[in-house]
Amino acid sequence: MKLYDKLFDAEKFTLTNGKTVSQKFTRMPLIILLLLIGITVSVWVTGFSLTMLFTNITGFWQILASMFPPKLSYFFQVWRPLLMTIQMSFFGSFFGSLMALPFAVLAASNITNNRVINLVVRFILTVVRTIPTLVSALIATYIFGLGTFAGTVAIFLFSFSFVGKQLFEYIETVDMGAYEALTATGADTPRAFVTTIFPQILPTYLSTALFAFEGNVRYAAILGYVGAGGIGMILNEKIGWREFQSVGMILLSIFVAVVIIETVSQQLRKYLS
Amino acid sequence: MNKKLETVLSQEPSRRVRYSITGAILLILLVSSSPALGGANMTSKGFEIGWNILTGIFTPDTSLLFGLGDSGVAYLILQTIAIAFLGTLVGAVIAVPLSFISATNIVPRPVVLVTRFIIMAIRTVPSLVYGLMFIRVTGPGPFAGVMTLAIVSIGMISKLFIETIEDLDTGILESLDAFGSTLFQKIRYGILPQLGSDFISILVYRFDMNLREATILGLVGAGGIGAPMIFALSAYHWHQVGAILIGLFLLVFIVEILSDKLRQKILHG
Repeated sequence: MKLYDKLFDAEKFTLTNGKTVSQKFTRMPLIILLLLIGITVSVWVTGFSLTMLFTNITGFWQILASMFPPKLSYFFQVWRPLLMTIQMSFFGSFFGSLMALPFAVLAASNITNNRVINLVVRFILTVVRTIPTLVSALIATYIFGLGTFAGTVAIFLFSFSFVGKQLFEYIETVDMGAYEALTATGADTPRAFVTTIFPQILPTYLSTALFAFEGNVRYAAILGYVGAGGIGMILNEKIGWREFQSVGMILLSIFVAVVIIETVSQQLRKYLS
Repeated sequence: MNKKLETVLSQEPSRRVRYSITGAILLILLVSSSPALGGANMTSKGFEIGWNILTGIFTPDTSLLFGLGDSGVAYLILQTIAIAFLGTLVGAVIAVPLSFISATNIVPRPVVLVTRFIIMAIRTVPSLVYGLMFIRVTGPGPFAGVMTLAIVSIGMISKLFIETIEDLDTGILESLDAFGSTLFQKIRYGILPQLGSDFISILVYRFDMNLREATILGLVGAGGIGAPMIFALSAYHWHQVGAILIGLFLLVFIVEILSDKLRQKILHG
């Protein structure tokens, strides 16, 4: 950027009171050039073509239209896997959040005063977080066999890393006064943490856990695609058999369930904050 | 002194009832969710596979990891980035008009309700379902991935765009009116500067998320780094799996750091 500013002279204006002000040369051409290069490379790599899109897009609308009206009677086969999906998300989120607490304490530099432990725990959280949930679910199906347990493990890992990261960042910002006072009177670290820091972080902790749960319900719906149980399994099956009205019903059920859970959890989170 | 402390302590409201009710509800939900643990079939073979994946990560297939050809990790990463980049752009092109007609300060309330419902419905369909639908349109490959990400991004992009648009300061437009500005000038000097930095920061954020999505689209054959990983996993090529997982980790990690930095710069100068 410095080189760019040197290459193109700044524009100088002389004001009526004799002062001169300068405005840097606009960076717009550079940004547009970079954007164009990015688009060209991407179009070349992905084989994007507008003409193909417009000639074939009718196929997309046809599939969409064939989902209507959703086959309502199919709901009797949908609710059980849907419930299973929610159960998976709940179980995974609950234990993930529970497990995140001790790790967050170990990662927070103001409670655990050991740089090595901090960095190791943070590295673990980062590694787990970068692996997409679907990939961890896939690997879990190889280790634990096909079924809901693999999905629960994947959701557990995601909640653990997500809540852990949010929580340790929050712990580092809390008011340390009471904690220091208690340690000064001779309380040991766990005792001081539970009485002074824990009440401060509890609302944020619960709210983050709820947020993770909300997202997980949405996400658990596709875990069945790799055989990790839940509603994704029948979804995948029905798409494969081109029973699009049943697919429509499944999507409708997911939609309703997600809306209900999000509303409840948003109310709870509002109450917590 | 001690008595004073004790009276203050006794004034603390008793939360025991509330805590125990919350605990009981959680316990009931937890027990009723226990079927989620079904299907665990941990055999010695599973353990062996887990161990193999772990050793694969520490002894990756170096020819795949550092290879520059069509199947090398570098090219797969480039392809994944390209899918996420183009997907975000196409999504933004669709989301901008959609969010203008869903902002309460621009269109009347009934229209807003309809468009918001549409956005919500678009958001609910899982990305893999869109992926499977687009494969029928474009054939398998990264192009399907681009379109999938475009549709998936609409929901979040327009939700955040709407918030920005509703925060527009109309006072600036009024003063431009008082100057006698034309419509084009009002948009150029009154609206674009207000929206620009927020929009770009939202797009950078979504690009970061799309990158994670793009890594899994390969599962349905929509390009990216996911497809070779599936093949390597199902063929039990653990060293290749290790190489791809390392590539995936580096990609997501580096892009996350860069996008955080870029957004800080855009929003706070």
